[in-house]
Order: sequence, then structure tokens, then C-alpha cells
Amino acid sequence: MNALGRFFKSLFLLELLRGLRLTGRYMLDKKVTIIYPEEKTPQSPRFRGLHAQRRYPNGEERCIACKLCEAVCPAMAITIEAEPREDGSRRTSRYEIDLTKCIFCGFCEESCPVDAIVETRVFEYFGDKRSDLVKSKEELLAVGDRLEAQIAADRALDAPYR
Amino acid sequence: MLDALLTLVIVLLKIVALLVPLMVAVAYLTFAERKIIGYIQGRVGPLHVGPRGWLQPIADAVKLIFKEIIIPAGANRFLFLLAPLLAMGPSIAAWAVMPLGENLYITDINAGLLYVLAVTSLSVYGIIIAGWASNSKYAFLGALRSAAQVVSYEIAMGFALVGVLLAAGSMNLREIVLAQQGSLLHWFWLPLLPLFVVYFIAGLAETNRAPFDLAEGESEIVAGFHVEYSGMSFGVFFLAEYANMILISMLTALMFLGGWLSPFQGIPVLDSLFSWVPGIVWLLLKTSFFLLLFLWVRATFPRYRYDQLMRLGWKILIPITIAWLLVVGAAVVGGLGPWFDGA
Repeated sequence: MNALGRFFKSLFLLELLRGLRLTGRYMLDKKVTIIYPEEKTPQSPRFRGLHAQRRYPNGEERCIACKLCEAVCPAMAITIEAEPREDGSRRTSRYEIDLTKCIFCGFCEESCPVDAIVETRVFEYFGDKRSDLVKSKEELLAVGDRLEAQIAADRALDAPYR
Repeated sequence: MLDALLTLVIVLLKIVALLVPLMVAVAYLTFAERKIIGYIQGRVGPLHVGPRGWLQPIADAVKLIFKEIIIPAGANRFLFLLAPLLAMGPSIAAWAVMPLGENLYITDINAGLLYVLAVTSLSVYGIIIAGWASNSKYAFLGALRSAAQVVSYEIAMGFALVGVLLAAGSMNLREIVLAQQGSLLHWFWLPLLPLFVVYFIAGLAETNRAPFDLAEGESEIVAGFHVEYSGMSFGVFFLAEYANMILISMLTALMFLGGWLSPFQGIPVLDSLFSWVPGIVWLLLKTSFFLLLFLWVRATFPRYRYDQLMRLGWKILIPITIAWLLVVGAAVVGGLGPWFDGA
């Protein structure tokens, strides 16, 4: 009986028709495509993209060259050199992030005691050559200056969970 | 002399009038394929070339035309370039006898069905020659598979056509359609239902479309017989495949769904309401339905394995058609109404 049932099921193409019905339903269903440059997927305030160095409101850079980020970085993408500035404060003389090594884990941001190094929502960036993707201190500070409003807003949103 | 010349010019004009829309239809069939398969997969398909992507096939054609035709080392140059033409020729030549309306055809020969069957069988030569002339193992394997497949399914297809022939009592495609006159229920899809299904399945196999596309199984033999082709020589194969799809769809519509006959024939009010619609519109609608089915099937079913393909062709389709031929023969002799009582 079972074999006979199977025989008629495949003879009358019942299984195939069921398959066609399923795909037919999908044909009329809502489409999930996001047409990228015009539309974008929603981003979390915790999004981890391009790095930035922040400043205090008075314009002083936050980073104090504690080298915690350099130590915690699992990909060893951060290079820091430090020496005392003329006014005697401890500052970095060199702060580089190699974005070709970075895995965007966010540990640098987590470890920073003064919230100096942060990751922004920017993910669309490029370099013409590899060295373009090794970001210097000046470049990172420039990114921070450009996006400070967004960065501050995102940190404020996330603050209750920290 | 002048008469003959005039006839020639008229025939040539008719051919152009058929071929240009056919090529446009082929181009937009590729667009429809990408759109429909995209829709089935929850995507939206091509969208950026022209308004809502409508110029995409034009862009594709331009790209193919400007690409280089590479002839592989060790390939037979003459046969390599001849093969696409051999694939293309039959799929266009078969259109000569297709009646698009009661008085709308290039030629009306009394063995039209036989002509179509003979000419479409020739297209397998293009594939075999392409596979052999490429001097590539993948192309060769693809060509072998395709040859065996087309030859096996030709039999099932031929038997299905014999059923139509018995039912209509004519090999002329125009008369086959006229024999289905009456109403929706007079069309041959009903008395020949198994043959109708078998014909469509065999048509899928004949055109090397999914799920019978193991002649070009991407995952096993790269692209099958046309791996080595590039540029317009590949484009011609592509064109031939899609022209074949349209041909099979239209043949199915002509032989089983009453061709250009209105589906409202014989229904009192609707018939007169739709009598202004020209027959070719009905024919094109029916053809598009089968084309949609071609694409829908491609998006739904996985590819057959080679032994399954042969089993289906020889052990299932052919016995079914033979059995149903006996039924049809008995019905015709017995004059079973409403289909066969007229003759």
C-alpha cells in the first residue's frame, strides 16, 4: 500500500506541485533586498567601524599613552610611542592603527581608561595602497573631530549598560 | 521573373518581421528569467540599468558583442566557429511553419509538425560539434551527456506528438489548432493530458533547461559544451537556447492549449465580450504562461542525476505515452465526444 501510494504520488507529480506552490508563494512574497548605496541596513550604537581619537571639549587630546590598548589588541594592530610633552604631561608621539591587521573586536575601546580611542559607525573607507590603511595619530584625531557629535551621542545611548 | 522576385522580397520581409520581435523576446526572456528567479529567492533582480532595470538585456548584449572571441589552442577552428551557427540555425528555422494566427505564418506546409520535429533534432549537432571542437574534457563530457539526453527525450516527445497527430488527424499546425475549435474543454490538453505533461517535461529536457541541465552542470563540468566559448560565439548559443524555449512553449500552446483560439469560445456572454481581442494575443499569453513555467521550474527543482534522467525518460515517460496512445486511438475510433465525434 505504502509503495503504491508513493507510486501514485510521484506519477501525478504531487510532490513537484507542492514544491512549485512553495516557490510560487515566495515569488509573491515581500522582497528582502536592500538596494545598498540608496538604502542601508540599520546600525547599532555599538557598531564597530573605523577608529577615531577623541578630544576633551577644551581641545586637549584625551590619550595619555597608557598603552593599555596596545597591550590588549589581539591582532597587534596598534603601535604607540610616548614621551613627555614640553609642558611635562605624558602624551603619545606616535599612535598608529594598522587597519589591515585590525579585527574590529573593540577591545581597545573597552580598555581605554579615558575613552580616547573609539570605534565609529564608518565602514565605507578605502585606501589606494596598503600604507593608506595604516592610520596615523593625526588622521585618527581628524576622524574624531569630524564625527564627535555622533560618537558622543552613541556613548550616551550606551552608558546605562556599562 | 518579376513575380518571383516580388515573392522573394515579401518572404524576406515576413522573415524580418518575425525574427526581430523574436530576438527582442529572447533578450527580454533573459531579463524575465533574472527577475523571476530573483523574486522566488526573495531578491528583486536587476534594477539599475535603465528605468527599473529594463535596459539590462540591451547592456548584456552590447557587452557580449564587444568581448573577444577566444579560440583555444588545439581547437578545430572551423568547427569551433561553425557549432554556434548549427545550434542557432534550427531553432530559428523551425519558426518558418509556426502559425501565429489563422492567416499569420511565413509558410504553411502540410507536414509542419514533422518539419518542426526534424529541424529541432538537428540542433543537437551544434552541441556535439561544439563539445568536440573545443578540445576540452569538460566540453566533451557535456556534449556527450547532452547528445544522449536529447536523443532519449526525442522519443517521448515524438510519441506525445503522435498523440496530437491522432487527435487532430493532421500534421499541419494550423489545422491542429483549428481541430481544437469549440471551447476551452475542446482543446487537446484534456483528452491528451498525460501527453501534454510528458511533452512539456520532454521539452524541458530537449532545451537542456533545469532540472535537466546536466549538459552544462556548473558544479561538475563547469559549463558543459560551451565552456570554451566567449563573446558573441557564446552569445549565439545563449540565443539559441532561449529561442528554443520560446519555440517549445509556443508549440505546447498550439498543440495542447488551442493556439490563438480564445479561451472564452463557446461561453455565451464572455465570447462576444472578448471577440475584439486578436488571436495572436491569446497565443502570446499562452506562450508566456509556459515560459513562466520554464523559469519557475528552474528556480524550484534540483538537477537530475544522470541515471535518474535516463530512468525517467526510458522507463516512465515512454511507457506512459505509449499507453495513452492506445487510449487516444480507441477514443478516436470510437468517436468519443466532444473531441473526436466530428471526424
